[in-house]
Amino acid sequence: MVVELYLDLLSQPCRSVYIFAKKNNIPFEFKHVELLKGEHLSEEFYKVNLLRKVHALKDGNFTLAESIAILLYLSRKFNTPDHWYPSDVQKRARVDEYLSWQHTAIRAQGCNFYRTKVLMPLLVGKPFPAERLERAVEDLKSTMKQFEEKFLQDKPFIVGNEISLADLVAIVELMQVTGWDVFEGRPKLTEWRHRVEEAIGKELFREAHEVMLNGWLALPEEQGLPPTPKP
Amino acid sequence: MGLELYLDLLSQPCRAVYIFAKKNNIPFTFKPVEVLKGEEGERFGKVNILRRVPALKDGAFTLAESMAILIYLSQKYKTPDHWYPSDIQRRARVDEYLSWQHVAIRANGVKLFWLKLAPEEKLQEAFEDLAVSLKQLEEKFLQDKPFIAGNRISLADLVAITELMQPVAIGYNIFENRPKLSEWRSRVEKFVGKELLQEARKVILSINDLSNMPLFKLFKTFGV
Repeated sequence: MVVELYLDLLSQPCRSVYIFAKKNNIPFEFKHVELLKGEHLSEEFYKVNLLRKVHALKDGNFTLAESIAILLYLSRKFNTPDHWYPSDVQKRARVDEYLSWQHTAIRAQGCNFYRTKVLMPLLVGKPFPAERLERAVEDLKSTMKQFEEKFLQDKPFIVGNEISLADLVAIVELMQVTGWDVFEGRPKLTEWRHRVEEAIGKELFREAHEVMLNGWLALPEEQGLPPTPKP
Repeated sequence: MGLELYLDLLSQPCRAVYIFAKKNNIPFTFKPVEVLKGEEGERFGKVNILRRVPALKDGAFTLAESMAILIYLSQKYKTPDHWYPSDIQRRARVDEYLSWQHVAIRANGVKLFWLKLAPEEKLQEAFEDLAVSLKQLEEKFLQDKPFIAGNRISLADLVAITELMQPVAIGYNIFENRPKLSEWRSRVEKFVGKELLQEARKVILSINDLSNMPLFKLFKTFGV
């Protein structure tokens, strides 16, 4: 029996799991759970994930929530290449450090931005309150600064010379920040992004982000913000 | 020079690291940091560019984030398997909890702690949010098991118990009317040991009146 992955590619953590599984040729059954239709709240899905959130894994009788846990489980079960989650204790600690920090930093601020800019208007049918968005942008800017200064520094990837789970988890969050180019004016970050895309593979990267970007592009025009970065 | 741990026992993640290191007889130099007194200055800044506790220094290697520190210590000092089980499904259960708790128990526990000074409605809201997290802790993470990852204590239980002490310390007995959670608490505390627990909780349990501290500084330094 093949591993089942319950995903909605609209969600960042789902994308990291999707990309990781595909990149590593991990056989899995894609179980689409549509967030916008509220499918994650169904009784059926509750049996898979008591937390009622997408990105859930089912491996026989074993069910697992939380994308970080899922990524780590897949890397161990399928013995993926070492660079994703290095066996060297200090290199691994660097990945863990990023994966831990990002919950309340890039992820939190990225989500806040996305919610204010895209989800709320979509759900309530009114444009976003400008002041809230400004605040969300400021918080995000300060997090980006920490990201560059502490995690990236002058390295090609977060942990040394090769892509790891840290870069993967970071890039999907940053891609969610659409309608405001987080990469503009940040050459170091832009170069990192290109390296990550190369390492993942442009085709897979585009495929994973299609759903989310189409959702964004379908919204009415925004006032005065830079255009969405094209993948 | 050896291992150095920069900790402020007022902080939950610091307590988890402290208890773990002590329980496993990991030799370290305790570098106390008093966040509320603004010791996050130049000296500390060099160790931890994120300027938050806890932080580890092992020779030239520095590390932030309690989760990363706990796992690093468990691997480097080869602590007993149950803390971070080698069985991949049990380990996944620990990872799952450690990941979820950032924006659940940790976020809500912290909110309640600092909101003690805030108006009643805000407090009520924080209380309710925490109640939701506690319910999830019982129904999803604990279920009918003695510990989060199964029959033995792991990092997940340690991280959870230190977070839950925060609201308790300011008089919110979150274990009241939650028998399953109370039993789990007793099991965890029994394993860790009364003495070590008391030592770790010394600071938090003797916390004085918070109302004189500038709120902005509190929120900022604890990363709320």
